[in-house]
Amino acid sequence: MTVAQVAALASPELILALSALILLVWGAFQGRINTAFSFAAVVALIAAAVAAAVGPLGRAFGGGLIADAGSAFTKVVIYLASAVAIPLGDRWFARRGIEKFEYPILVIIAALGMGMMASAGDLISLYISIELQSLALYILAAFYRDDVKASEAGLKYFVLGALSSGLLLYGASLIYGFAGSTRFDAIAHAVQVGAMHGGGGTGVLFGLIFLICGIAFKVSAAPFHMWTPDVYEGAPTPVVGFFAGAPKLAAMVLLARVLTESFGGAIHEWRQILVALALISVAVGAFAGLVQRNLKRLWAYSSIASIGYALVGLAAGGVVGIQAMLIFMVLYVVDVTGFFACLAALSREGRPMETMDDFAGLVRERPALGMAMTIFAISALGIPGFSNFWGKYYVFKAALVQGLAPVAVIALVGSVVAAFYYLKLVKVMWFDPSPGVTDAPPREAALVTYATAFFAFPAVLVALIAIDPLAHTAALALAQR
Amino acid sequence: MSGLLSLITFAPLIGVAAILVLRAFASPRDARTVEAARWIALATTLATLALSVLLVAKFDPRQSGFQFTENAVWFSGLHYRMGVDGISVLFVPLTAFLMPLCIIGSWKSITNRVIEYMIAFLVLEALVIGVFCAMDLILFYLFFEGQLVPMFLIIGVWGGQNRIYAAFKFFLYTLLGSVLMLAAILAIIGIAHTSSIPALMVFKFAPSLQTWLWLAFFASFAVKLPMWPVHTWLPDAHVEAPTAGSVILAGILLKMGGYGFLRFSLPMFPAASWQFTPLIFALSVIAIVYTSLVAFRQTDMKKLIAYTSVAHMGFVTLGIFSGNVQGEQGAIFQMLSHGVISGALFLCVGVVYDRMHTREIAFYGGLVSRMPIYAAVFMLFTMGNLGLPGTSGFVGEILSLTGTYGVATWPAIVAATGMVLSAMYALTLYRRIVFGEITNPALTAIGDLGSREVLIFAPLIVATLWLGLQPGVVFHVTGTATGHLVGAYHAATGR
Repeated sequence: MTVAQVAALASPELILALSALILLVWGAFQGRINTAFSFAAVVALIAAAVAAAVGPLGRAFGGGLIADAGSAFTKVVIYLASAVAIPLGDRWFARRGIEKFEYPILVIIAALGMGMMASAGDLISLYISIELQSLALYILAAFYRDDVKASEAGLKYFVLGALSSGLLLYGASLIYGFAGSTRFDAIAHAVQVGAMHGGGGTGVLFGLIFLICGIAFKVSAAPFHMWTPDVYEGAPTPVVGFFAGAPKLAAMVLLARVLTESFGGAIHEWRQILVALALISVAVGAFAGLVQRNLKRLWAYSSIASIGYALVGLAAGGVVGIQAMLIFMVLYVVDVTGFFACLAALSREGRPMETMDDFAGLVRERPALGMAMTIFAISALGIPGFSNFWGKYYVFKAALVQGLAPVAVIALVGSVVAAFYYLKLVKVMWFDPSPGVTDAPPREAALVTYATAFFAFPAVLVALIAIDPLAHTAALALAQR
Repeated sequence: MSGLLSLITFAPLIGVAAILVLRAFASPRDARTVEAARWIALATTLATLALSVLLVAKFDPRQSGFQFTENAVWFSGLHYRMGVDGISVLFVPLTAFLMPLCIIGSWKSITNRVIEYMIAFLVLEALVIGVFCAMDLILFYLFFEGQLVPMFLIIGVWGGQNRIYAAFKFFLYTLLGSVLMLAAILAIIGIAHTSSIPALMVFKFAPSLQTWLWLAFFASFAVKLPMWPVHTWLPDAHVEAPTAGSVILAGILLKMGGYGFLRFSLPMFPAASWQFTPLIFALSVIAIVYTSLVAFRQTDMKKLIAYTSVAHMGFVTLGIFSGNVQGEQGAIFQMLSHGVISGALFLCVGVVYDRMHTREIAFYGGLVSRMPIYAAVFMLFTMGNLGLPGTSGFVGEILSLTGTYGVATWPAIVAATGMVLSAMYALTLYRRIVFGEITNPALTAIGDLGSREVLIFAPLIVATLWLGLQPGVVFHVTGTATGHLVGAYHAATGR
């Protein structure tokens, strides 16, 4: 394989890495951020998305980097979501007088890590990519360093993230120890042999459990979700919108690849773990969300429940399951980006609106943002036609087809419990009198809010015509062994 | 004429778009803008009514299959399929008929957030018509569930004192029933590899599977209809909803449950339907007797009428699961008739509520001396409610009972007492409100129906008497389809 071929396969990564370095130098010399700088970062991400979409397919670096339809699909979504996060965060920090050129660079580095997660083909690149995006995100969480809560959030995120990395690394070392290789395809062979000899794969499976736990931390699946509400509450709102979405998609894709490529022969073993994680997540998300007053915390629980649904899809397995998970996660990323953009757009007399009571009477005061927020709430509730419903539609259909009917029914009932708090949000915005005056929303946040709300309904009804076959192709590639 | 169903379904949304454009370019607080929004809503609903009349006129009652079909490929194997047959076609004009009356009925009584109110009603109309026209499972579910949102807002924003409790109860109750149906729908798509309703109506599901699927659909439709004992959301929702909301709820939304039984349970799961018929009969008979007695004891006019709705829906389920032509015809007729009569009764309550702002029965009395026209109108619908021959209420009940009597004697006999009980509560309500001397000094100045109110009641009176004296117009349309349904049901259950 020539250098040119390898470079072509890794072109999105190369574009992002080089852009990050160039921007770093540019920023260091310029000293402060301006529009051109942010714009260049956005262009780099879009260029990487294009490169991922049209680039060649294959494996590079001894199988450590896989460029296939699955990774391409994931990367396009991740890079675009990251591109949206840059103007949102830049302006948000600028309004607080702490604009720094590091912000777009850190987003790019996180996006690079996430893209590599989707492409990881062995345990080493798995670990490196996860750490790359995690470290960037730890800094982003604490980026508003004058704010005590943000610093606390960053520290909490870092400590618990480091713990999960330890678990992950321990699992990876066990797998390597028993399988004798770090490559996913070689591990698959060891699992197969172990299964043939009856229980010989126990060591590898033990490693797998640690690996799953580590990734469960990253996607905040219960019972590894403890950090989520605190971090979401403390971290800057646009940053939360960023790391609540794309990184989870990346981690889910990575998990899908490990589970099918390396451990496809042990589906009955890992399925139990995933089902347990999924149901606990749905239950925790539904019940703990009931008592939340702070919307950022509420949406943390909402996202825990969402990960539960995505895990149901993954537990279903096969092409249908992975396709369901991919579609669910893509729609989830759009929804969660929009929700936090909407939160970032709203403030009352300079104070950000975060509690339920702040939202009283919003529809009368700001009809457009109120409608957008209503759409996000109704979508999360799972009313048919809205984007989250379609995610659930695919996930539960996959679960039923693959013989997980009881799991699907329990998760569906969980969604009825969660409906209560989404309804409460709608109720507050529509029925209650407003307590004060909202400020004029910043343009970029309002724009993102409207665009994502329009996507959540009704554009999703048309968009799925395109997303469905793309996700199918991606799932075919990911499910290949 | 393909495309007509989509046009009828989405015509109300054109009105929504018009109101939104108006809102964007004119000051939303301006009285003239509000007035214009009302007129747009009225014009849209009238246009929809005209289209639905056209639909019925063009409908060929000799065919048993779906007509005006549309089919477009969507994604994930789903299709956008629309079509109506003899069972569903009449619910479209029923919806389109009640909607303009609701808009006129809210003309003066709704003064707060009128633009949003009109939008909510138009969206609701589109979704409800869609339910009756959808020929694809997922499309049906989209319309069926989607109407929860506008109805939640209608109850919650424009409702009475305890509206928030009622809105939540309505939403969560219905949602819980519906997610079980969603699970069943997904399972059906997984098993049969199609979501086309006509294809599924001839698909043979294994009997053990039918039981589960039937129960899941039952959970949704029983809550929606509602059947005893899952009817408790209905009195709350009715009491708190604004008058027009109650009209739509009783007049149309409840019918979606009965329609669901006819469209899904009976043709798709005949063995399970046959197996569960005793359960349905038992619940229906309890509903008829028990809720009639409960209705008798109510002190709130709307609550009383809400309970009578549950009793009347008992006749519908009896008729549907009797599995013979009289029963099915009677059930469909009863649904249409109840749509008109209960809608009219809620409007009757709305008339005095608008004047006095209370629905306490004890508050009223002796209205006949101040409101003679109202007394006459209310009398007619009371008679319709208790099933007096000559009104539409009689035809549906007697046919449902006849159909039931053919398969089960005792349920029919016990249910027949419901006709006596309905006379008891309906006449008592009428007597306490209309007859006697005026004892409450607040009532001495109450005025009779205005021209706008007469305009609302006139079509309802005509419909009640017309359906009562000429029931053949309905049976002519539904005959072939119900015959076909019953034939298939008998063939599948081997009776």
